[in-house]
Amino acid sequence: MRYLVCIKQTPDTAELPKISPEEAASGKLSVNLVVNPWDEHAIEAGLQLMETYGGTTGAVTVGDEGAIDALRSALAMGCKDATLVNYAGDSDPQIAAELLAAAVKQDGDVDVVVMGQMTVDGNSGLTPIALARKLDWPMLTGVAKIVELADGSITVERVVGQARLTVKAPTPVVLSVIKEIGEPRYPTFINIRKAARVKIPELTAEDLGVTPPAPVVHISNFRKPPARDAQVKLFEGSPQEAAAALIDALLEEKVL
Amino acid sequence: MKFLVYIETDMGDVVASSWEALGAALSLSGDVEAVVIGDRIGEVTEEAVARGAGKVYSVEDETRALFDLDRHLADVKNVLAQSGADAFLASHTTNGRDLAAALGADLGAGVIADALELSLEDGKLKGVRGVYSGNILVDVTVDGSPQIATLRPRAFAPAEKAEGRTAEVMLTDPADVNSPYEVLDVQRAEKGEISLTEASIIVSGGRGVAKDPELGFDLIRQLAGVLGAAVGASRAAVDAGFISYDHQVGQTGKVVRPDLYIACGISGAVQHLAGMGSSKIIVAINKDPEAPIFSVANYGIVADLFEVVPAMTEAAREKLGK
Ligand SMILES: Cc1cc2nc3c(=O)[nH]c(=O)nc-3n(C[C@H](O)[C@H](O)[C@H](O)COP(=O)(O)OP(=O)(O)OC[C@H]3O[C@@H](n4cnc5c(N)ncnc54)[C@H](O)[C@@H]3O)c2cc1C
Ligand SMILES: Nc1ncnc2c1ncn2[C@@H]1O[C@H](COP(=O)(O)O)[C@@H](O)[C@H]1O
Repeated sequence: MRYLVCIKQTPDTAELPKISPEEAASGKLSVNLVVNPWDEHAIEAGLQLMETYGGTTGAVTVGDEGAIDALRSALAMGCKDATLVNYAGDSDPQIAAELLAAAVKQDGDVDVVVMGQMTVDGNSGLTPIALARKLDWPMLTGVAKIVELADGSITVERVVGQARLTVKAPTPVVLSVIKEIGEPRYPTFINIRKAARVKIPELTAEDLGVTPPAPVVHISNFRKPPARDAQVKLFEGSPQEAAAALIDALLEEKVL
Repeated sequence: MKFLVYIETDMGDVVASSWEALGAALSLSGDVEAVVIGDRIGEVTEEAVARGAGKVYSVEDETRALFDLDRHLADVKNVLAQSGADAFLASHTTNGRDLAAALGADLGAGVIADALELSLEDGKLKGVRGVYSGNILVDVTVDGSPQIATLRPRAFAPAEKAEGRTAEVMLTDPADVNSPYEVLDVQRAEKGEISLTEASIIVSGGRGVAKDPELGFDLIRQLAGVLGAAVGASRAAVDAGFISYDHQVGQTGKVVRPDLYIACGISGAVQHLAGMGSSKIIVAINKDPEAPIFSVANYGIVADLFEVVPAMTEAAREKLGK
């Protein structure tokens, strides 16, 4: 079996509030970049598949040279190989999906592509579905648990709204996973050392034989959201007094 | 501009945020059609008429009782061809997102994902959305036909019902497609459990309940019960096993937008704020006056939640007459 995990390098979530509109518009961020947190869960899922059903798990990202660090993190967690699709142009979900689709095909006989639920920078969650459509493979989003991978099919538990569905689909397949799939493991010392030395292959769109499509999503006017005009009003006194005053205030706000 | 709005159903019940998508379309255009796909959707179809859709395409079939990406996508493509709509809107639920993303990918059309605002400019849709987890806002336009957008639940006013409205209902045959998906089991939340993303009030608990987590969340649930609220949690509370992951609010949980968010024993880490920072009114109950949650809160009580939360339940019960 072959599993491929799609990861993106994104800002450390603790530093997201520091990003200025100018930086965001230029794409040149001064904050620390890490593996997108949802994609750490995707890596964990890929590794669990390898451990349970055999085969190898690789990681792939579409990004610039700097994104190699994210791939090294994936190797340090236990992925067997990693590939950079070197692309520094505009990225929207469909461009990323086009390049990822080419990378999946080039990889050979991939059985399961594992992705995150969404990126903490792009926030769309559209890329996995766009990839599945481009590959013409089934798509299972919101995967909380892999029940069984068999020859030619996979059964998973999906969380959709308030419901939990057990769904079976043929492989090859694309999954996007949620946190319940498992806590990302810590890299081992040996894997960190090995990952640091690996030469990570880089492919361009040309190597993959695709021309990235023109962007179909255009973003502009980067700005900070209006600040909350919250000057906190504190209620004092006994718990009963404070609670009663608070409920009165909320009634007055018409939110109760 | 002619809009087609996707009205999502689940076992014949409407997914309420669909009416917000209909409301958004009606606020922008006089030419708004709706597509309802599901099983036993007669009532939802009628409701779409009552809420102002100019025409409703109703695709009713047993195989549509649950959302199925391939079947629903094929149906929407059929209806789009009949309707000739210039724009397609859906709520940014899991299924609405999947449908819009697949439609966009198949047609090479861009998607304005998870929009917070929507307007029309030069005959094109323009959305406002958050990037970097809501820390930056941007304007978004897309190329392609139709223009596609998904809307953040609770960011738009729902289309209102009115008596006496009529509209043409087109009973449309389900598309003839084979689905690769086989649903083996469905488990649902307990009746009466309110979904976090649709809730107008949320009471959340964090690590502050640690000295007696069971009692702490019991007290939180009682307050939520009296207020008709959903129950949320911080990641610390989820990771400690105090409550299940489906209650987690934040960066790696759910993004919510209630009118009222009551954070009990939650410090207000940026990753938590990423999930609830756009709540209309934020209340913080925390022992520590220096907790960062107070810098985004409108109201607060600096005290032990084990004392204040039951007092709030009592006061609310009395003042709301429950
Ligand atoms: C990649 C990443 C993703 C993350 N995603 C999320 C996410 O989705 N959601 C999320 O919430 N966090 C997330 N976090 C974690 C986040 O950084 C914080 O660790 C977490 O939000 C803290 O939870 P807390 O406020 O419950 O706990 P703490 O920070 O420990 O705060 C507990 C608070 O309770 C107060 N308290 C204690 N006892 C009482 C009492 N008896 N009465 C009243 N107050 C009391 C304390 O004063 C304190 O302020 C994420 C972190 C990372 C790195
Ligand atoms: N540039 C990229 N390279 C590899 N995978 C990506 C990239 N962008 C998005 N993804 C994958 O798609 C998921 C959803 O991303 P998004 O659609 O941007 O919210 C992520 O969690 C990743 O698994």
